Amino acid sequence: MSKSFISIPRLFLLAVLAASVLLSHNAFAQDGHNHDGHDHSQHQHDGHDHSQHNHDGHDHAKHEGHSHGNHGCGGDGDGPYDPVATAMHHISDANEFHVLGDFHIPLPVILYAPDQGLTTGLSSMFHHGHTAVDGYVLDHGRVKRVKPGQGFPTQAVDHDCITHEERMVMVLGKEKKQEVGFVEYKGKKYELESSSTLDGGLFGGGFTSYYDFSITRNVFAMLLCAIILVFLFLRVAKGYKDRKGMAPKGLQSFMEPFFTFIRDEVSIPMIGEKHYERFQPFVMSLFFFVLILNLTGLVPFFPGGSNVTGNLAVTMALALLTFIITTVNGNKHYWEHILWMPGIPGWVKIVLTPVEVLGMFIKPFSLMIRLFANITAGHIIILSLIGLIFIFGDNGNNVGGATAGGVVGVAFTAFMNLIELIVAFIQAFIFATLSASYIGAAVEEAHEHH
Amino acid sequence: MGAIGAGLGALGAGLGVGIIGSKAMEAIARQPEAVGDIRNNMILMAALVEGAALFAIVVGLLAG
Repeated sequence: MSKSFISIPRLFLLAVLAASVLLSHNAFAQDGHNHDGHDHSQHQHDGHDHSQHNHDGHDHAKHEGHSHGNHGCGGDGDGPYDPVATAMHHISDANEFHVLGDFHIPLPVILYAPDQGLTTGLSSMFHHGHTAVDGYVLDHGRVKRVKPGQGFPTQAVDHDCITHEERMVMVLGKEKKQEVGFVEYKGKKYELESSSTLDGGLFGGGFTSYYDFSITRNVFAMLLCAIILVFLFLRVAKGYKDRKGMAPKGLQSFMEPFFTFIRDEVSIPMIGEKHYERFQPFVMSLFFFVLILNLTGLVPFFPGGSNVTGNLAVTMALALLTFIITTVNGNKHYWEHILWMPGIPGWVKIVLTPVEVLGMFIKPFSLMIRLFANITAGHIIILSLIGLIFIFGDNGNNVGGATAGGVVGVAFTAFMNLIELIVAFIQAFIFATLSASYIGAAVEEAHEHH
Repeated sequence: MGAIGAGLGALGAGLGVGIIGSKAMEAIARQPEAVGDIRNNMILMAALVEGAALFAIVVGLLAG
């Protein structure tokens, strides 16, 4: 193999890819300002102590008022087992790395609120949800801010339980059930801000009054994977340089089938012989980045176990890169076919142009949803199967049931993990292939037809 | 409601993937030498069809 597949520009591209994903992840995850976008028509200050000062227009009149479990008081084990909440908690991002039992690996926390400035430190400063720092608390591994203006102390103080209540809020003129967190401090309850739209559960939450630039679990996993890939590719690139024109050796011969596979099965058929070299680095970076994140996401313990490619912000950044590259590289032929398709009657063009323009955005959108939903669905299924142990075990009251659930759950989980292993490869392949085909459509030369 | 919707979505995608699989098998039987191309296109098409089911799942999750 005389041609070196790896070169410094390609590594640089990988680094840019990783960096843009990292940045976008947090930028999309936490944005917005003090006043969230809920229905402002109902300013009801109905005497609940926590609603005296906030002006967010939540409808406080309908308090369902049932607190489910004392989350944060005695760890995760309290209260009846809720399979949905457990699964959602495990697939969402966190500010600390839970390893085993009460052992957590702290991660750096970098928070910025326009009204009070920067807060930095390790997530261990929250003592797993027992200490508030600068008005921030750690709720279920996730940093949340006490809504400003409630008189909560801004220095480091030990607080009591963090509880959650469901209440009805008005969202876009419709009543919706939303979970709201409260922190108890000296007998008084202070409302927490809902986590942001993209990270608090699936689409729950609202906008926050602070920006979270923390190295969260997902960011940590992405950094780690990017470092592994850079190290791996540097080694292989050195191999190609040292043994130019000779047979590959060691790690190089392990990686070469992947390179030739992406080149011969993805890039050349989709983009074409003439243009594929320009986009090969991007397609390969996408493939390996998605693949390694998918695979480490399947490892259930420490460096793995982060649901990175099952995070909408991450897949959105990746799809956005494809969209930008496609749009920037679109040639005359491509734009002509979108804006004014040649060779068809005029009235069809009027119908077709909006459809084609929409298609420009739907393509990357479907890329985003496909990867996110595939990985998230796989994780939820595995977590649900593990949850069978607790459901059959009746929260630890029924040892026989738990044993049966364990046997069934473990067997099915092992099976699901094997399927997920295939899905990890297929989704990385699909993401790369579809990106390549979109790019290929953008750089395709005009044919002699029509 | 969400679960019913996701189930219906899976039904449609299951049919779609089944048809793709059966046609791919027929194509391989007719032209065994083209097995590589057929397999790649089969996976690609299956992923596209599966995307529809996953949209249904996401909507199902949103609906609760």
